Amino acid sequence: METPVIRGRALIKRFGDTLAVDSADLDVWPGEIVSILGTSGCGKTTLLRLIAGFESPTSGSIHILGTEMSSPSGIVPPDRRGIGMVVQEYALFPHMTVERNISFGLQNLDESRRARRVEEVLDLVRLAGFGPRYPYELSGGQQQRVALARTLAPNPAAVLLDEPFSNLDSSMRQRLRSEVEDILRSRRTAAVFVTHDREEAFAMADRVGVMVDGRLLQVAAPDRIYHSPASPQIAGLAGPCDFIPGSARSDGAVVTPLGVLQCAVSDPLAPGQSVSVLVRPDDLELIPDTQGKATVVSREFRGDEVILNVRLDSGESVRSRRRSFSRLPAGSKVRVIPVKTIPFVAYPR
Amino acid sequence: MLRMSTLSNLAWSSGATRPSALLVAPALVVGAAMSLPLAYLLIRSVGASDEAWELLFRLRTAQILARSALLVIVVVAGTLALGVPLAWLTTRTDLPMRRLLAVLSALPLVIPTYVGAFLVISALGPRGLVQGMLEPLGVSRLPEIYGLPGAAGTLIFFSYPYVLLTVRAALRRMDPSLDESARLLGHGPASAFFRLTLPQLRPAMSAGALLVALYTVSDFGAVSLMRYESFTWAIYQQYQGTFDRSVAAVLALGLVSLAAVVLLVENITRGNRRYYRSSSGSERSLQTLKLGRMRWPAAIFAWSVVLLGLGLPASVLAYWLINGVANGEPLLLLWQATRNAIVVSFLAAVVAALFAIPVAALSVRYPGYLSTLIDKISHTGYALPGIVVALALVFFGSRVVTPLYQTIWLLVFAYVVLFLPAALGALRSSLVQISPRLEESARILGRGPFRVMLSVTGPLMRPGLLMGGALVFLVTMKELPATLILGPLGFKTLATAVWSASSEAFFAQAAAPALMLILSSSIPMAILMLRERNR
Repeated sequence: METPVIRGRALIKRFGDTLAVDSADLDVWPGEIVSILGTSGCGKTTLLRLIAGFESPTSGSIHILGTEMSSPSGIVPPDRRGIGMVVQEYALFPHMTVERNISFGLQNLDESRRARRVEEVLDLVRLAGFGPRYPYELSGGQQQRVALARTLAPNPAAVLLDEPFSNLDSSMRQRLRSEVEDILRSRRTAAVFVTHDREEAFAMADRVGVMVDGRLLQVAAPDRIYHSPASPQIAGLAGPCDFIPGSARSDGAVVTPLGVLQCAVSDPLAPGQSVSVLVRPDDLELIPDTQGKATVVSREFRGDEVILNVRLDSGESVRSRRRSFSRLPAGSKVRVIPVKTIPFVAYPR
Repeated sequence: MLRMSTLSNLAWSSGATRPSALLVAPALVVGAAMSLPLAYLLIRSVGASDEAWELLFRLRTAQILARSALLVIVVVAGTLALGVPLAWLTTRTDLPMRRLLAVLSALPLVIPTYVGAFLVISALGPRGLVQGMLEPLGVSRLPEIYGLPGAAGTLIFFSYPYVLLTVRAALRRMDPSLDESARLLGHGPASAFFRLTLPQLRPAMSAGALLVALYTVSDFGAVSLMRYESFTWAIYQQYQGTFDRSVAAVLALGLVSLAAVVLLVENITRGNRRYYRSSSGSERSLQTLKLGRMRWPAAIFAWSVVLLGLGLPASVLAYWLINGVANGEPLLLLWQATRNAIVVSFLAAVVAALFAIPVAALSVRYPGYLSTLIDKISHTGYALPGIVVALALVFFGSRVVTPLYQTIWLLVFAYVVLFLPAALGALRSSLVQISPRLEESARILGRGPFRVMLSVTGPLMRPGLLMGGALVFLVTMKELPATLILGPLGFKTLATAVWSASSEAFFAQAAAPALMLILSSSIPMAILMLRERNR
């Protein structure tokens, strides 16, 4: 039985009247990358700072590698937790060279091993030879990689990353994201990674935690968050979505304006119970048909895809994603075909 | 011992977001040290004998208070009357040679008031230079210079730059589009000035006037050389002349209350409104107003202020310097006074910079009840007249810490109390630029709070520390009353050399140290002017 690198239980952090983190539970296993997805102000940075030891929890407990971090007599300070953190603005020490920045956390090593370690991590982030430079001589992406190298140098048990890519432009961002992921995976370093960008959260993480108003609502694999969100609210944060009404049949399927859909539910539905069914743009296919019971209302061309807004004759609006070269003008009559090969999700109303 | 342990418990149990005891303990020590003069003064005046109180009535304290208040009012009014128009003329109009005037009009600030007073007396006093020149024309008497006219005139001409500089800064920050809108809405230049510019200048005028008022309240040099019987003069007389020094203590308390009233009045007149610039288009230059027919009267006004505040003192000083050199004034004395001044100023700068660290770090990083309190206490020197601090420390030194009495250490401590605010200001502004993320990153890389201070925060705040230390050094160089009262017997600095020579009318003797003082105050002035230009 492995011990989790980080285990948070019933974590609460209160600042005056506001509840920044509200009963959060979180486990991070060795080698795992967990992302925390939420809008700004939802408490995700506070959660990270609780793990790092910059804030003390109002109640609840944090264990790192099985050791309790807070006790009635106080919390273990950040410098004795053995974890690393990369912050949004990198926080490189402006008065030190890259080399000295990286060796800052290596004070337990002797001179020669320290120098060797600095070389190693500089190689790892592909910045060999940049040691004597000062932070102001580096580009944003290079600064980001130095920050990562500095954090990894002391071999932390886990790395916390607070919106690490938000200061970079979008092309740089994607490249660096996969680089950082490769580095973390190659070293099997556990990481918790906070972001407001769902694409980033899905792309890098083994599991995603969705945070709203201080509550960690669901922690699960990215595809589960997307396809089986635990609540309509999570569904909305995980991607574009529409809801259509339906009523449950005795065999568990749901009758909707789009036909009979197989649905997964957390609690069994009573026959006849009315529900909302989550449909995403990629769940639905459109077929031009003058007899169709739906109409294309408008098109949004996005480059790599087209989103069509469709009005069903029964009154509901849904969206459908099509290839960028598909021609289906607004006003076309269409048939809407559910194409999802796994069960839909229904929420009781 | 008990207190220390509860403190560290407090810092520990509440987690890493609270300041460590390593920071809180020194800050508390500094706060306590800074509150010492005022606290001790209170104790002494409460314990003053009945005779002391009786003497106070015989001294007609009310009259002294009235004289001091009158001086403050006259000086504030005078500096506003000179400073505001000069600021406006040199920033917003086509006054001839306004760039040169902008520089020259700020320069009288480098002349300490006692130097100014000595120059004024030696020029305009009875049997002074001017009277000597007019002698052949049959002028045997000039109008009386001593008293209110001399004291107020000196203070006005050497402190109006406080108003000038604050108002000028506000004028430069002002949004040009407001003025333009007023013109578009049908207001002429005069109407726009009175309805828009002047009301917007109120906070700056108030801030400048506050500086002038506090400066006047605490001024000792000009009023004593001009023999104007205000609080500082009366305190010094009592201190020197009587056996029962608690009279001086009670008088000093009166002076402190006057300073408190000044602060209170400023708080009320400043108004609560803030004047934000609404537009972000800030880089447009301000429109300059054509003065037209008023151009030459305006120029005459500006040049006469500069002539009186700068030209007259400079030429009188040059006269006495030449006179002194011709008569072989001993330079040895000057060298000793300079060395003494540099030694105590350097010590004051170092101690003030060290004291400023915990206070500034606490108030920038951990704003809260305790840090605000310590910060406020550390700023009392800003409003406390030098003579009050000196007097309080004389009592304290002669009764409590006798080994320190009559040493330069007590004097250095007085300087630190008086000038710590300058060090704090400089350090604060460099600390707010250091992101707390840097310190946190250092923590999570495995360094304890103290080592983070040494390796990260320390090196990054060095420029602010040096700047603060330099400011303290330069203001200490010209400090007079505390040096006079607390300096060990026979201890001469440039300031006391000027004062003693000019109070005995050995003007040629005072000239060389006065020049040294003016040169040393020119350095911070130059920094200030460069900053103003860069904005």
